Amino acid sequence: MTVEFGDAIAPELNNAVIGLDIALAAAEPDGIIETVPTYRSLLICYDPLETSFVQLVSEVRGLLARGLPAQINETATWRVPFVSDPPFADDLPEVAHRQSLTEDEVISLFTSVEYQVYMVGFAPGMPYLGGLPDALHISRKETPRPQVPAGAVMIGGIQACIVPTIVPSAWYTLGRTPLRPFMPDRQDPFLFRPGDRVRFRRVDVGEFERLARLGTQALLSMVRAAR
Amino acid sequence: MIGALIAIAPGPYVTIQDQGRRGWRRFGIAVAGAMDLDSLALANALVANPPYAAALEFAHVGGTWEIATKACRIAITGGSFEVWADGVALAPWRSHTLRYGQRLVIGGARDAVWGYLAIAGSFDIMPRLGSSATHIRSALGGINGCRLREGDALPLRAARLFVGAERQVAPPSRPPGPLRLVLGPQQEFFTPETVEAFLASTYRVTHRGDRMGMWLEGPKIAHARGYNVLSDGLVPGCVQVPGAGQPVVLLMDCQTVGGYPKLGTIITADLPRFAQIRPGGEVTFTAIDIEAAHQAYRHHHNMLTRTAQLIVDVPGT
Repeated sequence: MTVEFGDAIAPELNNAVIGLDIALAAAEPDGIIETVPTYRSLLICYDPLETSFVQLVSEVRGLLARGLPAQINETATWRVPFVSDPPFADDLPEVAHRQSLTEDEVISLFTSVEYQVYMVGFAPGMPYLGGLPDALHISRKETPRPQVPAGAVMIGGIQACIVPTIVPSAWYTLGRTPLRPFMPDRQDPFLFRPGDRVRFRRVDVGEFERLARLGTQALLSMVRAAR
Repeated sequence: MIGALIAIAPGPYVTIQDQGRRGWRRFGIAVAGAMDLDSLALANALVANPPYAAALEFAHVGGTWEIATKACRIAITGGSFEVWADGVALAPWRSHTLRYGQRLVIGGARDAVWGYLAIAGSFDIMPRLGSSATHIRSALGGINGCRLREGDALPLRAARLFVGAERQVAPPSRPPGPLRLVLGPQQEFFTPETVEAFLASTYRVTHRGDRMGMWLEGPKIAHARGYNVLSDGLVPGCVQVPGAGQPVVLLMDCQTVGGYPKLGTIITADLPRFAQIRPGGEVTFTAIDIEAAHQAYRHHHNMLTRTAQLIVDVPGT
């Protein structure tokens, strides 16, 4: 079952999705297997042996009528270091060319704003980031790059993302971070949650390499501002 | 160590699968799990394992395996796979006891794509995120999240000592007929005429497919308002229609979110049957409502329970 709140990338729609997700988790209706919050809709997977569509619709309507939690609890703010020098910024020249900007202008625009994690998906732990400045809105490549490495910082359309594992992608690589959104051996393998805020901080190659040598814990304590 | 099952020359696409991962889709982790969960459950039932214990899943051909434990019970299901142990033919859909050093050769089947080899006690491998199911793109499950390769030794867990007759079962009954799907959730991207034409058409299963999804080929499906949806949640069974108008049916390894319009979702009860259709096979669809889909799910569940109860001793063993 999919509960749609609208058809746009907008904070209020995403907040409603996250609010319903939280309310549903707290209400614990029978038969729910899992939920998938996305930009503007909540996918609810359920077991028909334990509940019914009609029953669930009525639960959801009840929660919506009572009002969703306004505050999204427990969001974190991240300051993500990334390097945007060769060989880590494959598509920076093309982005600059297409947008009629210098490479430095692209990066300073990119790092000038705070992004919101709208959803996590496609690949393990991959955050979809909204808030990309208008001047960087760019249509996807016609031919996807078959292998984008983990840690790539990318933009596509009106969004940005941080690549967790090798993926094919038609987005543009602006740089590379030593952070990994998906760390399967950690107790909590996923870095980002919907509602989290992300800022990017440009570092040089030397700093990137130093950070990449840090242990996961040390790196995380540096980049996490709050949760 | 209790022993192992050794991959001498595994088929080209052999992975360890179970019921799949639940509860991690919100973080981008695919469900994975057996493409034909019914056959997995029956293979396990034949060797007295829990229904969704980890087993080998192979596409088309299983390959050659060696038993490196004193004795073990195995069962192969999924289709009429040709199986030999040291050159002696073994029947699928029943258990067999094999001894140390025996070589098991699993060939193909005319009536299936996916086969399952369950072994009594199952494999002694560490679950990842609650499941042993292999998901190659996430590098999770099985042996390092990979396809099984020549030389892999799969450690076995001790089975309850299994003496007595071998067991057999009839394959689950899968009446032919159109695949049932529930329309939506992006019906507004297709005109009613388009949906009607889709339901009246025959599509062919192509060679372009894997555990993630299967491309169909047939009359082009026209989009009423483009083909870019704001990415939202996906489940196995979703029928996505990308730009070219040929449908793709998503399967167990499917990505968690996607941006192509979804015409409908094949019901859970019909997914194993769909997954087992070989390339070149033809399919048609019929639309049912959500209540009918749930009824079919309950019916399928009961059927499977009954089938498992129909496991009987093989006379003379």
